[in-house]
Amino acid sequence: MSNASDLKKGFKFLKDGVPHQVVEFLFVKPGKGQGLYKCKLRHMLSGSQFEITYRSGETFEDCDVTERKMQYLYAEDDQLCFMDNETYEQTYVDAESLGDDRLLLSDNLEVDVLLWDENPIGVTLPNFVELQITECEPGVKGDTATGATKLATLSTGATVNVPLFVEEEEWIKIDTRTGSYVERVKK
Amino acid sequence: MTLETETDRLRDRLENLRLRSRALTALRGFFETRGYVEVETPQRVRSPGMELHLRAVEASGWWLNTSPEYQMKRLVAGGLERIYQVCHAFRDDERGPHHVTEFTLCEWYRVGASITDLMEETEQLVSHVARSVLGRTTVTGPDGCELDLAPAQGWERITVREAARRYAGVELDGTETGPVLAQRARQAGLCIPADAVDWDEVFSRILVDAVEPRLGRTHPTILHRYPARQAALARLCSDDPRFAERFEVYASGLELANAFGELTDAVEQRRRLEEEQAARRDLALDDHPVDQRFLAALAQGMPPTSGIALGIDRLVMILCGAPRIDDVLTFTPEEL
Repeated sequence: MSNASDLKKGFKFLKDGVPHQVVEFLFVKPGKGQGLYKCKLRHMLSGSQFEITYRSGETFEDCDVTERKMQYLYAEDDQLCFMDNETYEQTYVDAESLGDDRLLLSDNLEVDVLLWDENPIGVTLPNFVELQITECEPGVKGDTATGATKLATLSTGATVNVPLFVEEEEWIKIDTRTGSYVERVKK
Repeated sequence: MTLETETDRLRDRLENLRLRSRALTALRGFFETRGYVEVETPQRVRSPGMELHLRAVEASGWWLNTSPEYQMKRLVAGGLERIYQVCHAFRDDERGPHHVTEFTLCEWYRVGASITDLMEETEQLVSHVARSVLGRTTVTGPDGCELDLAPAQGWERITVREAARRYAGVELDGTETGPVLAQRARQAGLCIPADAVDWDEVFSRILVDAVEPRLGRTHPTILHRYPARQAALARLCSDDPRFAERFEVYASGLELANAFGELTDAVEQRRRLEEEQAARRDLALDDHPVDQRFLAALAQGMPPTSGIALGIDRLVMILCGAPRIDDVLTFTPEEL
């Protein structure tokens, strides 16, 4: 058990049986009144965020949630296999739990795997990944100003809008938080 | 454990600490030209503040001050008509981006001043310090918003009742019960937990969730006329005893100062302190003796006085645009 004075950014606890993390935190005490803790919490399974205000004296159930650096190895049916960079232990994660991120995973990509009581509950990709275009319309030279885009398919099967000048076989950088094209990269 | 060097620790703070020193010099200058006497009262006392939500730090059987008010009022009763003090106060368990257990406040008392006089004086003090230190009165506050510390029309003034009505859509005067206030707040769309039935907690939640975030964003706001139950050391308003002569200053979302038209009626003050002492015992909080010498000083006859405490750390945060109190301290408790 922890109490309200342990609350701070990054603090994790069980709320309604589910791990939550404090993403924003402010201790407030209007006048000499009741001390309150304004928090923005993240539901660690769904990722949804919401605000809540706790009073001092409230208690919080501790939870064993850790984050580990792992490497993506391969997919087997609907399971994705990751290897712990330190222990070399392998862990399987439900492909579905990654949502659209599943299609941004490339072999050997280093990710953060969130474990709750040693069970994987989430995978966080690096903010940027680099992937190769396997299919798209031929490039149109010089057209950099109009902002027009075309659809490109990547080696992982993901599709993404790219500017018209980008060519097949080229490598591009993707922002995994938005799933959008950032720039071309030389390989 | 590798310790960071002092140079690393203070790198982003040096300018703030220099500014802090200039601010204190300007503040002392302000009081000196107005005939105030600087005083120092002991930090370790027999009886700290009695407020339910303040936790004092124990010191060899006595306590560290949560505020120097009892001793300063004794000095007023004894004949010092204009006094100020810059000192540390200690409130256990208060730590966050805007709070630190040991903090610095400037507290001053002025005999014959009304609560309105004190509002004006506080406004003049803050703009004087800003002008002396920065050469201007507009700053980018800790919340990132442009703040004018000396707006042409003066600081905004709004009563607690009007602020609750305007920003939270809640009607209150402090005579309603906790559950009734909680119900009104829920109807207004505020999130009040089912087990919050204590009036003070519900009031704090309304203030914190709906009112405070709207105060003092572009210029400081004075929130005044608190429900009487929120002002144990203040006079009641002569035109409406449901409210008390108390005000708070908000700037950049920070609570900057708290003022009272001081209660000078010893009998009434004893009643309120004993009530709070009993409530502390009911809640199994640290038991503090009622400060008999403070009450005796009131009984001897304290002239009508207003008094105010202003958070120095927060004033410096505003002048520097520092988002965290840590940014304006020489040492945080974690760095000791």
